[in-house]
Amino acid sequence: MQTIDPNVDIYRPVPATVDEVKPMTPLEHFFSFRLDSGEEFGHMPGQFAEVSIPGIGEAPISISSSPTRKGSFEMVVRNVGNVSGALHRLSEGDKVYIRGPFGTTFPVDEAMKGQDLLFICGGIGLVPVRSAIQYVLDNRDDYGRVMILFGAKTPRERLFTDEFDEWRSAKNVTLLETVDHRDEGWSGPEGVITTLMPLVKVDETRTIAIICGPPIMYKFVITELLKFKLREDQIYLSLERHMKCGVGKCGHCQVNNIYVCQDGPVFKFSDINAIEEAL
Amino acid sequence: MPIKKLDKAAFDTWVEACIKKQRVYGVQAKGDRFAFGPLARAADLRLDYDVTLLPPKKYFQPPCETLLTFDRDKGFESVFEDEPFVVFGVHPYDMVAILQTDKLFADGQYDAHYMKRREQATIVVSDVQTASPEVFAGCMGTATIKDGFDILVTDIEGDYLVDIRTKKGEALAKAIKNAPDADDISLKLRKLLWADNTELLQKHMLDVRPDILPDLLGRSYDHPIWEEKAERCYSCGSCNLVCPTCYCFDVRDDVDWTLQKGERRRVWDGCLLSEFAAVAGGHNFRRHRADRYRHRYYRKGKYIPEKIGEIACVGCGRCITACTANIANPVEVYNSLVHERK
Repeated sequence: MQTIDPNVDIYRPVPATVDEVKPMTPLEHFFSFRLDSGEEFGHMPGQFAEVSIPGIGEAPISISSSPTRKGSFEMVVRNVGNVSGALHRLSEGDKVYIRGPFGTTFPVDEAMKGQDLLFICGGIGLVPVRSAIQYVLDNRDDYGRVMILFGAKTPRERLFTDEFDEWRSAKNVTLLETVDHRDEGWSGPEGVITTLMPLVKVDETRTIAIICGPPIMYKFVITELLKFKLREDQIYLSLERHMKCGVGKCGHCQVNNIYVCQDGPVFKFSDINAIEEAL
Repeated sequence: MPIKKLDKAAFDTWVEACIKKQRVYGVQAKGDRFAFGPLARAADLRLDYDVTLLPPKKYFQPPCETLLTFDRDKGFESVFEDEPFVVFGVHPYDMVAILQTDKLFADGQYDAHYMKRREQATIVVSDVQTASPEVFAGCMGTATIKDGFDILVTDIEGDYLVDIRTKKGEALAKAIKNAPDADDISLKLRKLLWADNTELLQKHMLDVRPDILPDLLGRSYDHPIWEEKAERCYSCGSCNLVCPTCYCFDVRDDVDWTLQKGERRRVWDGCLLSEFAAVAGGHNFRRHRADRYRHRYYRKGKYIPEKIGEIACVGCGRCITACTANIANPVEVYNSLVHERK
């Protein structure tokens, strides 16, 4: 991991090209990028990248595709700032600049292997988790049951809906959805994400839970998971912070003594339960 | 290398020779205070200063520093410092802070921008001649320094002892002509001065040994002092700005008038500023002043020590002077944690 070549610049991004861009929700665009070097990005599920537009700036963005899907890597960007706003103005063939991948990964090759998997995602929390879901589906026999719970604020904010059929049709996969506030087109359940949890049957002896969502979601979901008798080390979550530099220097993403950009963004719950600022 | 002894005239001649050869920054008077700045002549150098307004970190991590240049069509190019320079008159406590920051920028991911500046720098440390009103370096073990510098100069009764320790120091000291080796009496006086300085640089008295601070903080997360002090905090970030061990930064792009080219710059940031831990979309993970105030103390007294094995407060006292709300005295805070245990 340690870079000691004094001529390597940890802040210099490399060029990549927009392969595909399309609106996904009123706030979010889907992007597919390809490194100009022709190399694979080399990430693992759960990691993020720093995406630059020269003159606008740089922002940390989760990688949404699995490394099992070669050639390009995907992101979903919510238009909430300068860089994300500029990204939304890009078209196919435009250039961006990338640093990374950074951070820890969902334990797809370790703790998750052979286990039942319970993915619990709120809103754009599904974005990094989709990388793990794809990875699991592409290595389907390596894992047990897959349960995906997805909650969006409104039906319009649901993500990756065109892939849900593919996910559901995979062997032994359950996908349940809810929205906080229904509209006229929605016939599914209404309610916060925890209302879906009694609907799944969890074998606490062989389940790993993966959680990603807005900060408010974690403690409610974790309370429910502990009621399932899951141990703290069976729960993994991804923390959102401002990972400004990505290399553990700038201080912005620090949570007490840990740097989310290097020690995270994916944490085992048992490792951060005692860290005051984490949840 | 033997320690040299220079009288005032020989010392000034040496400084002049250094200035002729390369960029030299040194401590000079600024109004009724002192500051590091480009040194034009030896007579401006004020090694009798008490403390500078800003620490010398500005030469290794400039307040605004170009990391990269960019062209919107061609991408990014790295910019590195490539010209040697000298910093004259760094106090021991500030040198300790520089050595700590070196570790933090080099460890893990290697920050070549910072490290190349450090490589280009020759640092002349000067033993303290005047104690500043708020200094407590004596309590922090940083009133004197044993190594890590290129050259150490010590004023002994109007003469200077010049203690040269590194290759860079030797190169700078080449301009010293015909100076005698330091005599035993001068060396003894230097030892006495070190002992005196440890006593004198304690304008505030820490009631515990600094090495217990990580443990003390470990037990004090919910202590009422964080709220009490932060209630008066303006979130101005002055304590961050003047701190020799603060190095958090922001990065921003500046475009030139063509809108085609520009620079990506690193600028100082501060964890006391209200938006420091905010993310896009508006959520602020350290929204309360007390959370930000406490975080700074924990960085200095616990988190960084756990990483590098040293307390990241060197007792310069600049935060005490800079804080307009008068809440930034670390000794006062630490002593309260010791005596008002909850």
